[in-house]
Parts: sequence; structure tokens; C-alpha cells
Amino acid sequence: MSARSRLFVTLGFFVLLVALLAAGLGLNPREVPSPLIGKPAPHFELPLLGAPDKSFSQKEMLGKVWILNVWASWCPPCLVEHPVITALAKSGIAPVVGLNYKDAREEALPWLSRNGDPYQLSVFDAAGRIAIDYGVYGVPETYVIDRRGVIRYKHIGPLTAEIARKKLEPLLKELNSGG
Amino acid sequence: MARFLPAMILFAGVAFAQGPDLDKRVNDLASELRCLVCQNQTLADSNAPLAVDLRNQIREQLKGGASERDVIDFMVARYGDFVLYRPPLKPTTIALWAGPFVFLILGVWVLLRRVTRRKLPEPALSDAERSRAAKLLE
Repeated sequence: MSARSRLFVTLGFFVLLVALLAAGLGLNPREVPSPLIGKPAPHFELPLLGAPDKSFSQKEMLGKVWILNVWASWCPPCLVEHPVITALAKSGIAPVVGLNYKDAREEALPWLSRNGDPYQLSVFDAAGRIAIDYGVYGVPETYVIDRRGVIRYKHIGPLTAEIARKKLEPLLKELNSGG
Repeated sequence: MARFLPAMILFAGVAFAQGPDLDKRVNDLASELRCLVCQNQTLADSNAPLAVDLRNQIREQLKGGASERDVIDFMVARYGDFVLYRPPLKPTTIALWAGPFVFLILGVWVLLRRVTRRKLPEPALSDAERSRAAKLLE
């Protein structure tokens, strides 16, 4: 091997290494692929946030494409994504159900009246037990569930307008049109 | 009192068998599982609220008669293979498992090649150089 070609090989390896590291830096370690995608949404039967004597189950949403949004009044990123969730709900593209996570009613209800309530309803998961079934580990989290009750998409962390436009809306449209 | 004694002894026995033993099982399992909130800590090390909930979950399930395998399956079904500190050997993880060995073999091969190839010809010295070297060594 001549000195020149050796230089090129070394340089090639270096460029490859840099590319690999750059790709690694661009990945978000928080985005753990959820094993729940493509699986039926775990069953729950929880009291409503606004009405403790009434309960709600994910079964009631069968036949509809809907969004499940995990939120809490103590979670600042939830407030950050709140306008995005509100806009999604207002657009009427899909009903949004809230899962109020490890919160207190006397905190959560004022939070909703202060910031607006985009949810069709919110269920109250005080112990966070149902959230474990949904693999929740960083509030807020957002799920898209199809007509057959299968989880089709999951977003961890605050939903941005860009992700809503590029990922959620196309998927919801596709699912709504029969997919 | 005497009537309840057998029941009390039995209860104490069960509590004893479950206490430290269960603690150890919970702790052993929690050390195998990743806390997803603070990703470089195990569930056993982390004090994040979710880690506390999941440790309680492990305890409840073990108490209910679940095996270690059952609990691990429960966690993987919800959080994926990422919760395991020892990832399973699967087609998607083959690079992770084999990678270090591939690099090791590659390194040894390159090293061997370099070392064995370096057979430099003995430098020939002229008479003048030889006598100069001899002078220096004196």
C-alpha cells in the first residue's frame, strides 16, 4: 500500500467514525421505541377527573380514532404542549382523552379551568398504575389509537406543532379515512 | 390468647419468610432493570417517583406468587428491551453483542500484520562508520 492510499484509507475511516458519532449525537436517547405500538391499548376502567362517581374505559372509544394524552398539573412540559393539544382537539380531527397522571383533583381541576380543557374527558389515575400499563415514563405522552383499539403511534415528551403537523395529522387522516 | 397462638406463630413465620427474603428478591430484580426516567440508573438505585412505583409493582407481583421471569416479561411488555440492563441476544441486538469481539479480532489482526511485516534490512555500515562507532563505544 502506498503512503497516499494509506492516507486515504485512514481518512476514510476517520470520516466514517465522525459520521457515526454525528448520527449518534442526533439521536434522542429519550425516544425509546415502545413495544406497545401495534398492540391493543391496555384495558382501564378509571374514575373521571371531574366526576369521581363516574368511570370510563378505553372500550368506549372502540370504533373511533382517538388520542390519549397523559398529563399532570405538576408537569411543566404539559403546559408547554397544552396549546398544541388544544389546537388538535379544536380542529376536530380526533377526540382527545386525557389521562391525569399521579395528580390531585384540587390541583388538576384548577389547572384545566386556568389553561382551558381540550379533553373530551380526563380519567384520574392517582396511583399511576394504568400509566405503567401504557409504558409511561415521561409525562406528557401522547398515543394515537385506531378504531380497533390498537395503539398506532406514541409520542414521548411535549408535542410540538411541527410533530403534530408532520406525524399526527397525516396518521389521523389516514386512520379516519378507513386505514 | 392461647387459641390464637398457632395462628400468630404461623403469621410471624410467613412474615419472616417474606420480609428479608422478599426484599432481596425485589432488590435483585430492581438491579437488573433500568429506570427510564434517569436512564443510567437501575430501578434499585433510582429515587425517581416512577422507580419507586415500579419497585412497589415488583414487590406486589412477587408477593402474589409471580416468578422473576414473569416480572421481567411484565416490564419488557411495557417498556421494551431497553429496561433490561442485560439486553437479550436477538437479531436486532447482534451488533451490540458481537461488535466488541469483531473490533478485538480486527485490532489483533492489524497489530499482527504490522508486527510481522516489520523486518527491516540490517543497516550496512561502512568501514569508516564502524571505526567511528567503535571509538564512541570505548
